[in-house]
Amino acid sequence: MFRNQYDTDVTTWSPAGRLFQVEYAMEAVKQGSAAIGLRSKTHAVLACVNKANSELSSHQRKIFKVDDHIGVAIAGLTADGRVLSRYMRSECINYGYTYESPLPIGRLVVQLADKAQVCTQRSWKRPYGVGLLVAGLDESGAHLYYNCPSGNYFEYQAFAIGSRSQAAKTYLERKFENFPDSSRDDLIKDALFAIRETLQGEKLTSSVCTVSVVGVGEAFNILGQKTVQALINEFEISGEEAPATVSAAEEAAGGDAAAADQGGAAAEEEAAPMDI
Amino acid sequence: MPKEHANWSPYDNNGGTCVAIAGADYCVIAADTRMSTGYSILTRDYSKICKLADKSYMASSGFQADVKALQKVLSSRHLIYQHQHNKQMSCPAMAQLLSNTLYYKRFFPYYAFNVLGGLDSEGKGCVFTYDAVGSYERVGYSAQGSGATLITPFLDNQLKSPSPLLLPAKDAVTPLSEAEAVDLVKTCFSSATERDIYTGDSVEIIILNANGVRRETEQLRKD
Repeated sequence: MFRNQYDTDVTTWSPAGRLFQVEYAMEAVKQGSAAIGLRSKTHAVLACVNKANSELSSHQRKIFKVDDHIGVAIAGLTADGRVLSRYMRSECINYGYTYESPLPIGRLVVQLADKAQVCTQRSWKRPYGVGLLVAGLDESGAHLYYNCPSGNYFEYQAFAIGSRSQAAKTYLERKFENFPDSSRDDLIKDALFAIRETLQGEKLTSSVCTVSVVGVGEAFNILGQKTVQALINEFEISGEEAPATVSAAEEAAGGDAAAADQGGAAAEEEAAPMDI
Repeated sequence: MPKEHANWSPYDNNGGTCVAIAGADYCVIAADTRMSTGYSILTRDYSKICKLADKSYMASSGFQADVKALQKVLSSRHLIYQHQHNKQMSCPAMAQLLSNTLYYKRFFPYYAFNVLGGLDSEGKGCVFTYDAVGSYERVGYSAQGSGATLITPFLDNQLKSPSPLLLPAKDAVTPLSEAEAVDLVKTCFSSATERDIYTGDSVEIIILNANGVRRETEQLRKD
């Protein structure tokens, strides 16, 4: 990405029809530490890498409970992510107050996307610098969505965002066809394998990652460190390698992008990310 | 043109009685299940007790539409609290929140007469009693609602709770055991049912202690 004279304002188009400020916001997402999400018909798992700035500090929280049936993992500017999580929680609470039923995740992600879009069309605002993986349930089962700083959103079978997420995406692309019928525990195991891919050789322990689950009959919860470590030990000790099932891999990033209105793939490095 | 609806009131009184008793390591919260309007019964099976948090239960008599609205507001506020603090609200915290919520509508009050019962952070029983606009204090026991005037003198006699005016200040919780307190509550309601027309049908009793929560129902006279 090169600096040019059309990138100062979010309200300035480039001659090629791009909004560079929005694209730069999406770069911020790529700089954040990795977050991955995957889902079956009944469960959705979010996992993320927790990198502390130094050994002295604690690491940032990147996974937030939004409601009993929805959780979100973020990558990028965590402060922006926190603010958006608070907005999502507030929307869920208000909907529950008015309708005495849980806010359908599909509605929530649209509201979130519209909120992000506003920031791409005001001269006094800047786009949110955070990508959100929203996992949740509605009447038709478990869903996973990715919300961009651009205001676009897509539904996924599995996805990864943040730094070194391509390694995780490659793993998920190989395995995603099995996910719809996966059990809860297999889904968590796959999430941990995907996280391990992003660590590129670094040791996977429960202190560098966080795992959360939501499912039919299971409210959104973040797994405890001991639970996660036990799961890691299970497959590390057995010397299990990430099973290399060959499947008809999709060309686009991260598996089954089934968003009806939006279509197309998420951020590809070369093309303008908003080109659909 | 003569004035229409000159006597219209936004409020109605659905009757009923609520009681709560605090013990050393338990709390009993009880309310009858009759909902009435005027001299008619709307239903014999309506719960006036609401769980606000793991250790806070509120029983409210008065205008049940306002009670329902109040319960929803407090539940939503508790959700927000849990998101922000990653834990449940303590009973004394909920007590303050209820007071503030009631006073917020000082000039169009919730027609709700509340009794909040639960366990404090030390595990001791606590009961808070309110008026319609949020004035509250922590007490060892309390009754609110249509049967309160019949029950309170009886509880004064049985629980020998020291007057807040006496010095030195004494602990407000009763020395009774949990089983004795539950029995006392049942006695209160059967007596109140005899003379108060708005109290009866059945009484719902919630018992909170360190082991969790238990619910009991006892039938009352239906007349």
